Amino acid sequence: MACFLVSAAEAVVVTAVEKAEEKKEQKIAENSSSEIVETKIPLSRKLKWLSYMLWGGAILLAFEHIWHGEVVAWFPFLSAMSDPGDTAEMLHEMATTGVCMALLVTLVWIGMCFAADAILKRGQNEPARKAS
Amino acid sequence: MTLLLTVFAAVFVTVKWYNRKDDSMKLGILCFLYWGASIMWFVDAVFEYAELGAAYFTPALEDMINDSFLGLSVIALGLIIWLVRLLITDPKGSVRAALQKH
Repeated sequence: MACFLVSAAEAVVVTAVEKAEEKKEQKIAENSSSEIVETKIPLSRKLKWLSYMLWGGAILLAFEHIWHGEVVAWFPFLSAMSDPGDTAEMLHEMATTGVCMALLVTLVWIGMCFAADAILKRGQNEPARKAS
Repeated sequence: MTLLLTVFAAVFVTVKWYNRKDDSMKLGILCFLYWGASIMWFVDAVFEYAELGAAYFTPALEDMINDSFLGLSVIALGLIIWLVRLLITDPKGSVRAALQKH
């Protein structure tokens, strides 16, 4: 009914954190005089992956809700809001399905981050392994 | 059907991204878009399965057709979002070059 709103809310928070982190990393890069060889994926880049997944999922799911007539063009924009019984059902769906969606996307992202770091590490160790 | 079509789109775009020559097409964004939606629809499917049981796998023909149309529309919307972003960010400078042409 409105499960995509949970992911959309998480996407807003993640985007804000990502922008702040990006600024912080830029400042650190400007202040450091020596050239730093990138050995790790910056957190801002990883957060960007999460925000793309959350925004993408939320937008495409919102489209599905429009398709089914659950999101409407007039206030309060959610058809379930017009009836208290439907509103309760909608909130229950947001608390169960919506939270699970956001959690699973975040879990997949955590797995992706670990995998990406491992792949990068493997790539850095490869020349040393080949030389030995 | 919506989940299935979105997963197929996600897999196809991911394979295309893996075989890319350079990053100018920004296919990674499209991958994240489709995978994010696929994960969310997967959760939706699990909840629906818990509610309907085996009946979840035998939908009515009319529902299947409607879901297929929805799936294709979702894929089209994802492509439009990606294309608009690509044209605005213009990583290859093609749009700028075309606009500067006399």
